[in-house]
Amino acid sequence: MASFTAPKIVSSRSEFTDSHTLSRYVATGGFEGLKKALSMFPEAVASEVERASLLGRGGAGFPAGRKWSMLRKAPVSYLVINGDESEPATFKDHYLVEREPHQLVEGIIIASYALQVSQVFIFLRGEFALGLERVQQALNDAYEYGALGSNIMGSGFSLDIVVHPGAGAYICGEETALIEALEGKRGFPRIKPPFFPAAIGLYGQPTVVNNVETMANLPWIINNGGAAFAALGGGRSTGTRLFALSGQVNNPGMYELEMVKNTFRDIIFDPALGGGIPEGRKLKAFIPGGVSAPWFGPEHLDLPLGQDEVAEKASMLGSGSIVVLDDASCAVRAAWRITKFFSRESCGQCTPCREGSGWLERIMFRLEHGGGRPEDVELLLDLCDNIAPGLSWPPQQTTICVLGSSIPSSITSAITMFRSEFEAHVTNDGCPHV
Amino acid sequence: MSENAPTRTTVSITVDGRTIEANVGELIIAAAERSGTYIPRFCYHPRMEPVGVCRMCLVEVDGPRGATLQPACYLTVSDGMVVTTASEKVKKAQDGVLEFLLANHPLDCPVCDKGGECPLQDQTLAHGSGETRFIEEKRHFAKPIPIGELVLLDRERCIQCSRCTRFASEVAGDAQIDFAGRGESIEVAPSPTQPFDSIFSGNTVQICPVGALTAKPYRFTARPWDLEQVESTCTTCSVGCRVAVQSSQGRLTRILGVDSDPVNHGWLCDKGRFVIDAVDGENLSNDVLAAGSRITEPMVRRNGELVTTSWSEALSAAAHIISDATKLTPTGVGAIGGAALTNEAAFAWERLLRGVIGTDNIDAQYGDGIDAHLVQALPRATLDEVATACTVVVLSGDLREELPIVYLRLRESIVKGTTNLVELATASSSLRSLARVVLPTRPGEAHHVALAIASDDAALSNLATHPQGTAFQPKELAEVRRLLGETGEGVVFIVGRPNAAEDAAIIEAAIATFARRFPEAKFLPTLRRSNIYGALDMGLAPGLRPGRSSVAAIARVSGVTAEERGRSTVEQLVAILAGEQSALVLLGGCVLGNVADQSLAKAALDAAKVIAVTGHGGATLAYADVILPTAVSHERTGTFTNIEGRVSSLAPKITAPGSAWSDVAIASELAEVLGQTLGLDSIFDAASAIESTLGYPSASVLSGSATDGVVVGAVTAPSLAGPLDPMANPGLRSADAVGLGARAGSVTHATSLPTTLVPMVTFNDVSLAPTPSIPLADAYGLRMVVTRRLYDNGMAVQGTPALAALVQTTVAMANPYDFDRLGVATGDVVRLSSALASSDITVVVNSGVTRGTVELVLGSRMHDGSNIVSQHLSSTQPAVVDVRMESR
Amino acid sequence: MSHFRTEIRQRAEELVSLYPRKRSAMLPLLHLAQEQDGYLTDEAMAEVAELTGTTTAEVRGTASFYDMFHLEPVGKYVVGVCTNIACLLAGGEELLAHASSTLGCPVGGTSADGLFTLEETECLADCNIAPCVQVNHRFVRTTTPETLDALVDDLRNGRREDEIPPHGTLIRVRRSGGLRVPRAQLADERAAAQTAREERAAKVEK
Repeated sequence: MASFTAPKIVSSRSEFTDSHTLSRYVATGGFEGLKKALSMFPEAVASEVERASLLGRGGAGFPAGRKWSMLRKAPVSYLVINGDESEPATFKDHYLVEREPHQLVEGIIIASYALQVSQVFIFLRGEFALGLERVQQALNDAYEYGALGSNIMGSGFSLDIVVHPGAGAYICGEETALIEALEGKRGFPRIKPPFFPAAIGLYGQPTVVNNVETMANLPWIINNGGAAFAALGGGRSTGTRLFALSGQVNNPGMYELEMVKNTFRDIIFDPALGGGIPEGRKLKAFIPGGVSAPWFGPEHLDLPLGQDEVAEKASMLGSGSIVVLDDASCAVRAAWRITKFFSRESCGQCTPCREGSGWLERIMFRLEHGGGRPEDVELLLDLCDNIAPGLSWPPQQTTICVLGSSIPSSITSAITMFRSEFEAHVTNDGCPHV
Repeated sequence: MSENAPTRTTVSITVDGRTIEANVGELIIAAAERSGTYIPRFCYHPRMEPVGVCRMCLVEVDGPRGATLQPACYLTVSDGMVVTTASEKVKKAQDGVLEFLLANHPLDCPVCDKGGECPLQDQTLAHGSGETRFIEEKRHFAKPIPIGELVLLDRERCIQCSRCTRFASEVAGDAQIDFAGRGESIEVAPSPTQPFDSIFSGNTVQICPVGALTAKPYRFTARPWDLEQVESTCTTCSVGCRVAVQSSQGRLTRILGVDSDPVNHGWLCDKGRFVIDAVDGENLSNDVLAAGSRITEPMVRRNGELVTTSWSEALSAAAHIISDATKLTPTGVGAIGGAALTNEAAFAWERLLRGVIGTDNIDAQYGDGIDAHLVQALPRATLDEVATACTVVVLSGDLREELPIVYLRLRESIVKGTTNLVELATASSSLRSLARVVLPTRPGEAHHVALAIASDDAALSNLATHPQGTAFQPKELAEVRRLLGETGEGVVFIVGRPNAAEDAAIIEAAIATFARRFPEAKFLPTLRRSNIYGALDMGLAPGLRPGRSSVAAIARVSGVTAEERGRSTVEQLVAILAGEQSALVLLGGCVLGNVADQSLAKAALDAAKVIAVTGHGGATLAYADVILPTAVSHERTGTFTNIEGRVSSLAPKITAPGSAWSDVAIASELAEVLGQTLGLDSIFDAASAIESTLGYPSASVLSGSATDGVVVGAVTAPSLAGPLDPMANPGLRSADAVGLGARAGSVTHATSLPTTLVPMVTFNDVSLAPTPSIPLADAYGLRMVVTRRLYDNGMAVQGTPALAALVQTTVAMANPYDFDRLGVATGDVVRLSSALASSDITVVVNSGVTRGTVELVLGSRMHDGSNIVSQHLSSTQPAVVDVRMESR
Repeated sequence: MSHFRTEIRQRAEELVSLYPRKRSAMLPLLHLAQEQDGYLTDEAMAEVAELTGTTTAEVRGTASFYDMFHLEPVGKYVVGVCTNIACLLAGGEELLAHASSTLGCPVGGTSADGLFTLEETECLADCNIAPCVQVNHRFVRTTTPETLDALVDDLRNGRREDEIPPHGTLIRVRRSGGLRVPRAQLADERAAAQTAREERAAKVEK
């Protein structure tokens, strides 16, 4: 049974059509968390976040408190907010920047205070034109309100935030590529080690990169305490999170749900949530966390929505984006389109990803549209192996960044789960699902 | 760690089960290579920062979660590291990378320049699987496309290793090419408004690991297995880069840079790289007036016409001219030039001129350089010392245009942050954006600026009291003083003649001020021409003597009174017109192209009897009475002395055409005809004589004991020998190939020689011309600055069609401030009027030009081919040239 | 001679001043250049090179990495239809084909009257309202051929000017506010605040 007892932590204002205005924000408890934080020691604020065990809400799920404490010894120079939401089927940050921008801003100010940085850059996806405007307006509002600028609310803490638009490149969601773009260059990811942003980040300085949703949690955490947040969810997956449900379901949408207490079955089938699959069709497969994630089948439906729980089953919760495929969809077509995505978005730096993604896309294209050969399936697997050796999970990589090692996920999942479909595409010289 | 524990310089790592010592901070790939394990690579280049993008060098490195594949070119060694380079996993990764690279790579080998010397071919053979499984349509691009005058790009062949874009941005500092696009459509591209015309563009062709970048002059010329190769020294400018000269069927085909650690790091400028056309291009025409043509037969003037003749007749005619001219006094003859000679040839000619004929009228400069005695007296820096200096002060022409590799070496250390640059800004310069402090220095001011720097006198700090007016802020001056310190330790002054329209005495006084005030500083004088330093070291200047000695030095040591000095170039020309000298021996070079005062030069050449000893044609030969053809670069053996005083060897690759002889032979034979003998039967004889009489290391260097040469006048430590990476500079044949000698494939830095056997010139032996007084600047006028560019009207560029196309047309350049002040706009045609001439010229804005000056380039031409710059210059000019600029 | 008109140049210089390093302003400046010209002209890129301290090759190379920058002229309205996984499952390819026919231009091309450019995009992050369509990077939420046709008709007749500015105009909200003290003072300020906090805490303990 789906659990609805947890409070709405980051989407509490979704019912208001004017949720993006300063007046609505203040009327609904906006900036209270900031006021409280400013009355605490910065270290105490950071401790609350650690107590909350907040996992990063981007895709990697790295504990936010631990990321911050990595820099406690060396002063952090910059906080950079990753708002380059481009993972297919992900649309939660879109909501947060368009509908509750002040919450994001407040969270950023709290984080900046804890980290004692005085310069923040919000890197927002360029295609979010309205989002960019709303966030800039929210910043203007915050300055006017006195929550931003010099000597905020008499605390002696000064902060400036700059909104920086991206320009259309999925790879800029990778934190080092984002930093490159923020430095005005092509979005080429950096090799880690040594370029972990905490060590060498923006302009070579120690930098914290956090996701939009991660920041949005902070006002509530400060207002209610980290322990209250940690009391929600289970294991390492504390609190609630925004899940994005799309694909072949009756009610695709964004749902803020308590972690672990809810399962995939809940979110897909509960009438108050996904509402099941239309036209009486059956579930064929679902992608649990963005297109980099290996696919799950009906046997995984009762898995809790938790980071470690999903990881144990050799996939990832990632950005919390769930895509449902029904039994009328073509697995080969889905895997082809995902591969085409990676090929278009590959930055081009390293050989296996640049050449491999294009080659894989062409083979998948032939299989789907005609010209597939029997040996293509083994070829696909071997090429995938040359990009992510061993085809293990978590993957190894011959590439510079994880975009490369994500490419095999959909292909190997589709082949493992639906090999006969591939064979049918060969015999049929194209997709039999027309 | 206890205070007394020494810092470790090595760590212990295991490679394929073998334990080796690696240097701290070394990359795995380099440590492995040094110990005999070659890891394949494409994007890695030892002279650039690693990027780890090609993924060919993946090796297994043990870690806390087991062995993972890591790029060997990117990781530095750490103590106890375990590396596996030859496991199944590594092999599969290598196979995979190669298959990916070859998937879209066109099957162009039969028509691709790189075939036979191609790292992709070689490494595929060594590491790849035999077949490809790629059956899709390969990526197609229009190809090849010229991206500049000299370089063509084939985007289908490109493997996106980024060596070329990294070179352009990191090494050359002019990122005219960059990656465009994303993913599999990325391509190397210039901007449509700025072609790839960097003077270093040829290096990208050399380091490209496939045939994506090809050089227009070399395309389709030869196959690597047809090429013969020899290692030599480039003689185009005075840096003396180490090169590999390649020929096929007796014709020069290509020059590649050899990674000589202390000099050029494997880089070359395009002029040095591509001038082989000027050596044996189509122009073996004996067209004496064409710059860049080759003279291959002796000639004498009969009835006003130059006709080819035999050597005996030509030598006889020359001997007659000399005897006639020296009937009354040996000073009736003089020699101009000598930078085009090898050390041995310079030695031979010096013996002939001073020993046999008895004249001291010898000058290898053209009045456009620095006092030769001062040059010889300055404590010389090496390029390594420039690169490791904490502060470098530049008072010189634009280094990138005049001595490109010095610019690269200096730039590297400035960008790395180890060197601070102080620029005395006389004109626009490529170093400007790198300078920590810029002191605008107008014509006539250099001496005062030097005094201001050298002194604590407050009055000098503020040039507001100086008649010239203000030039810079006191706080900048204070910063310069701080950077130079008390004694100049760790400081190098790079000094030369930045302005042909300014009296040399001003610059010489500035240099002398620096040398006196900072006794521990080193100097790099920037005389540009070829073997000028060898010529000076062999005594080819009035008052100098071979072995970096002079009459004053000898007098100081022996107590004998110094003889009176002979005539410099300009003095010789003046003396000819005054009837005091009647014959000239031109030792290579072009008088008309190099002497600023054209009317003086023409009149004197006309009046005198002229013996031209040269391999190239030029306008000057219109005045020759006898022409004795010589062998030129890459046709001759001998030694060359570069800007550091480094003596390096020249190796011939082709034979001189026609009846051209070596300069040593010509001097010897001429002496014989004059009834004397020089005692030099061969070039090696000359080298031995130099070494035995002077202690100058010519014979040692020539006999191959030191690849990188021996530096005279400084003690330096030898560097580590290392093998040349065949993938870093494909095209340089391996050590086993013909021509690279016993030292092939290794780079060494020989120990050097502190002094020669004869007394060397010191500061006390130098007496400079008095500093002229500078007239007040006209409030409405500008002072003229005449600079040089790499591509000019000289014979090297004019003889190479690809480079000749890059010579710019003459324009005048001025600072935006002066535009506003004088009410002109960029692109206007203005009238420039000096005391000597008036000319109409287009003026363009250039914020690098010093305020109060107008900059013109010597060796450029107007659209109609006329040379307007020289009209304003005269040997009797005032110390500076004032002009007025008015709109037309 | 500035290619940017005065107002744009002023905004450009303000943008550069927001960042510690000039080059960081590259993407915002390129957006600004598109705002003036509709696409990236050589002159604009040369000016951006000058403002960021880079070369024209670097500007062009950087711009061409990103999908939102066009190096050739595009229509007044750039229509993007997503065909990535969620939209594919919702009929994105069919909607794209329909759009091509309604707009009168091929995918990736511009209509003859210069009004529309049609692009097949990757995920636009609106996947619950699939297939996603944006015009000039504004979500229009026309998920059916009918609603799409209605939108196109609106655009042809200038009926959505407020919502959807011409291509290139991205952020119409100007930044107001900023730090009013010089950065150098910040470190002192912070230290003083920390001392004050510690004193307060000490008092509380007593």
